[in-house]
Amino acid sequence: MIRAAVLAGIVLALPAGAQDRRTGYDDMSPALQAMQDDPMNPAAFWLIDGEALWSEPAGTRGQSCADCHDAAEDSMAGVAARYPAWDEEQAAPVDLNGRIALCRDRHQGAGPQDRADPDILALLAYVTHQSRGMPLTPDPDPRLDPARARGETLFTTRMGQLNLSCAQCHDDNSGGHLAAALIPQGHPTGYPQYRLEWETLGTLERRIRGCLTGVRAEPFAPGSADFIALALYLQSRAAGLQVETLPIRP
Amino acid sequence: MRGRGMRRRCAKPLAAEKRRRGKVGLNPTLRATLAVLALSGTAAGADGLATPLTATPGDPARGAQIVTDPQHGLCTLCHAGPFPQVAFTGTLGPDLTGVGARRTLADLRQQIVDSRRANPDTIMPPYHSTEGLNRVGERWQGTTLMTAQEVEDVVAYLATLTGDTP
Repeated sequence: MIRAAVLAGIVLALPAGAQDRRTGYDDMSPALQAMQDDPMNPAAFWLIDGEALWSEPAGTRGQSCADCHDAAEDSMAGVAARYPAWDEEQAAPVDLNGRIALCRDRHQGAGPQDRADPDILALLAYVTHQSRGMPLTPDPDPRLDPARARGETLFTTRMGQLNLSCAQCHDDNSGGHLAAALIPQGHPTGYPQYRLEWETLGTLERRIRGCLTGVRAEPFAPGSADFIALALYLQSRAAGLQVETLPIRP
Repeated sequence: MRGRGMRRRCAKPLAAEKRRRGKVGLNPTLRATLAVLALSGTAAGADGLATPLTATPGDPARGAQIVTDPQHGLCTLCHAGPFPQVAFTGTLGPDLTGVGARRTLADLRQQIVDSRRANPDTIMPPYHSTEGLNRVGERWQGTTLMTAQEVEDVVAYLATLTGDTP
């Protein structure tokens, strides 16, 4: 009931032309869509690991995620659809990847975490899975607004030796082809994703690093303010589109 | 278990390219040409770059190699053209079929060196200019996509594309 009301609110709030938005899933071949729709697709290994890790004691405190959050099916539903969010302690925005790493450090006593650590990725996949099918719903906290605006600036700023902005490809030329590759609209509905190109599961951060390297620009440092800002903008640009799991991309 | 599954390799057109890059600033001839343009207040490259960038005339055969190697010239990532040997060509730029008949040498040279002169909003990268670039990756700083001689080779090749069939 509440979810339906939220959904209705979001549909009303969608910008004009929103119905023309396409996700990477929409643009995949039927064969790849079938792979994503298969609950035992390659990304499932991380989901299974993440589910086990959720209840496993970790760190010097020997606490598990479940000790604080109970069943993820309840406590984590909708969380991935809302993040990035504000972190009070750092007084800065944090993405879900960063939040899981912070939780392991602060509450489990596991020390500073590598954002790309396999266990963190597995937990990220598991937590994200609890939001499957839910619409991306940007966190309305006004303290996030400056970072979101910074993200939009980054999105429209030309970068690198090839001197291209995100917007020039993903707004102005989406649907076109860069050699054989279809240029997607760039909506972050399917992360972390199992990418055939990578032969592994990876994050939005890794995907953006690929784009920046492609235009020969300096990538954002892992978890940097600029990356989170861009993630915030991408999420608001994709508001209303549904969270996919277990995402597969070419 | 992780990472097993699909063994298929997909094309990584931009990320995977590794090519020889000239560690060049602006070539002296080009610098002189641009200085003349700046001094004379010539409107945004309207007349193109009439003076070759190098003393060695462009080699169309070398130019053809650069244009049709997606890892080197990057041209076919965006442009189709009379390149049957290239498996996949992009759709972002105009088809280069007949471009040698449509454009002058000066035009072609200007377009490749820095297409922003003709159109500030262009998506075509500047192949022989580092002017106004932002956040260039460390390994590419101070380099250009093509050396002056490569520009001349590509111009010489494009000038041969006068036929009207791909």
